[in-house]
Amino acid sequence: MAENIIELRDLTKKYGSFTAVDQLSLAIRGGEIFGLLGPNGAGKTTTILMMLGLTDPTSGSVRVCGIDSTGNPTEVKKRVGYLPENVGFYEDMTGLQNLIFTGRLNSVTGMEAMERAEELLLKVGLTEHAGKKTLKYSRGMLQRLGLADVLIKNPEIIILDEPTLGIDPSGVREFLDLIVRLSREQGITVLFCSHHLHQVQQVCDRVGIFVEGRLLAEGDIRSLSENLFAGSPYTVEIGLRNPPQGYHDQNSARWLQELLGSIEGVGNVSLNYGKYMVECTRDVASEIAAKVVEAGAGLNYLNRKEYGLDDIYHRYFEGREEQ
Amino acid sequence: MNDITATVKKRKRLWKADEVVHPFRVIVHKEISDQVSSWRFIILLFIISLTCFGSMYTALTNIGSAVEPNDPEGSFLFLKLYTISDGTLPSFFVFISFLGPLLGIALGFDTVNSEQTKGTLSRLMSQPIHRDFLINAKFVSALTVISVLFFALGFLFMGLGMVITGLPPTPEEFWRVVFFILVSILYVAFWLNLAILFSVAFRQPATSALACIAVWLFLTVFYNIIVNLIARAIAPPVMAGTQQAVRYQEIIMILMKILPGELYSDATTTILMPTVRSLGPLTMEQIAGAIPGPLPLGQSLMLVWPQLTGLIAATVFCFVISYVSFMRREIRSR
Repeated sequence: MAENIIELRDLTKKYGSFTAVDQLSLAIRGGEIFGLLGPNGAGKTTTILMMLGLTDPTSGSVRVCGIDSTGNPTEVKKRVGYLPENVGFYEDMTGLQNLIFTGRLNSVTGMEAMERAEELLLKVGLTEHAGKKTLKYSRGMLQRLGLADVLIKNPEIIILDEPTLGIDPSGVREFLDLIVRLSREQGITVLFCSHHLHQVQQVCDRVGIFVEGRLLAEGDIRSLSENLFAGSPYTVEIGLRNPPQGYHDQNSARWLQELLGSIEGVGNVSLNYGKYMVECTRDVASEIAAKVVEAGAGLNYLNRKEYGLDDIYHRYFEGREEQ
Repeated sequence: MNDITATVKKRKRLWKADEVVHPFRVIVHKEISDQVSSWRFIILLFIISLTCFGSMYTALTNIGSAVEPNDPEGSFLFLKLYTISDGTLPSFFVFISFLGPLLGIALGFDTVNSEQTKGTLSRLMSQPIHRDFLINAKFVSALTVISVLFFALGFLFMGLGMVITGLPPTPEEFWRVVFFILVSILYVAFWLNLAILFSVAFRQPATSALACIAVWLFLTVFYNIIVNLIARAIAPPVMAGTQQAVRYQEIIMILMKILPGELYSDATTTILMPTVRSLGPLTMEQIAGAIPGPLPLGQSLMLVWPQLTGLIAATVFCFVISYVSFMRREIRSR
């Protein structure tokens, strides 16, 4: 499990003077679901193309399953299933025929391809549409067929490029569940590329944040937030019904600061949209609550805020905009 | 689901379901079935068969008057079926030279760009196949379709001619017809490759189709006009010597010989009319002493060798450019 199944080292891709991917080094372990998160045009697709040997890197090396993608793309493509963004199928063929075609391209006999295709169609819930031409498929059905198409070669790795684009919310949840289930059942490594924070947060073991061709941060969500919000890992939000000196007055924040100052680990207090934000270095929510109630300020809201990917993402963008 | 399984199982033997087929053949297989079942092919097939039977009809009604006594071509009566016409409908080989480009363009203009716009190209390229499999397979499959079509039409024409006239073709006539069909396939292959080239170059199938048709129109209509203009401009004076007149003729001929259509019609007339002895200007000295008689097949082929080489070169040239630009292209989804 701990072995690195995908290894990128100092990978760079330039288009003329434009650098799409800049000195990217990344290791993905076998069996994990890795989320590559970045805005549009960050170089995610270019990175994937280099992993599959569909485009040559300007410098650096890509090793997938221990094979050099640039020198031996066919071997890599045998082991890696790639679901491109906006996947398309032959519209005058049925879903089943499309899958059999892909299966046979992977040197599987026609009969075996058909058996596998039927099994996969059952898994992705398209059995009753198998005989329909893909022209009549909806967006969500196409994506699920795409997933079956990727799995028909029994891959070790699947790469999904914006797989949830254009699917309705309930379809997205089903699709993500399907990916997680397949990955866990068959031990497939998944590289999930998206700009949807919440979806990535929902399914991925580890996340890489990728902006303008650079990997800004990498790790699981907890460690990312710890790194990023070091010094103030907890924020406690407080709402007061009857604050001492006028509701929207900054003085009330100072009053609260003085009140809570005696608790160890409480840092800065600020007023934000009618809520007081108390930065703490450790979990002191219960002590804060006791103090506020004791002072008779009318505590009506208390929330220990945790940092999600959203905040992490925004923090990175804020940082970049300032540059 | 079950009836689909049943039909597929019924066809099991047909597509070698129990064997591992090479991916290249899998693609060719699919492409051929796509081509044959597409509406545009059915329409073209309909038009081409219709014109063939039209020209067959005129040829048969006129064959009686086509043979004159002491005609050196008298022994090649059967070949006349392919070449004669009474002026109302063009003959078989003229039809092919007109419809062949259309067929080539129709089969090739959306080879690569339609895969791209449908989003299937990147999916296909992520399968364990070499990139050139795709473009080679597309070419091979279209060429197979054309070859089967032309041989079928050519032999059908021959068979009908035999049934109606009661004349069997001599072996030499048979081989001449076979070579005529081969040259026709080569000519269509040129247009097919041009269309593939445009399908790699332009992202929209409509654009590449228009570009192909523009080239076709230019080469069939406007190029002749331009050559005529040049000819008038550089025409030697009436009093000019033989040498100058020959030089002038040669320049015009070279200008015309760039046209694939011209190469094709030169090649086919020579193959189908054994009495054609030269494709360039002949002086009186050269003709003097020549016995008017048909050339043997080998000599006719020697005569059209430059034309064939030119056609093959043009075809290969188009294919190489599209191959190289396709191989260097970065494939992204849609």
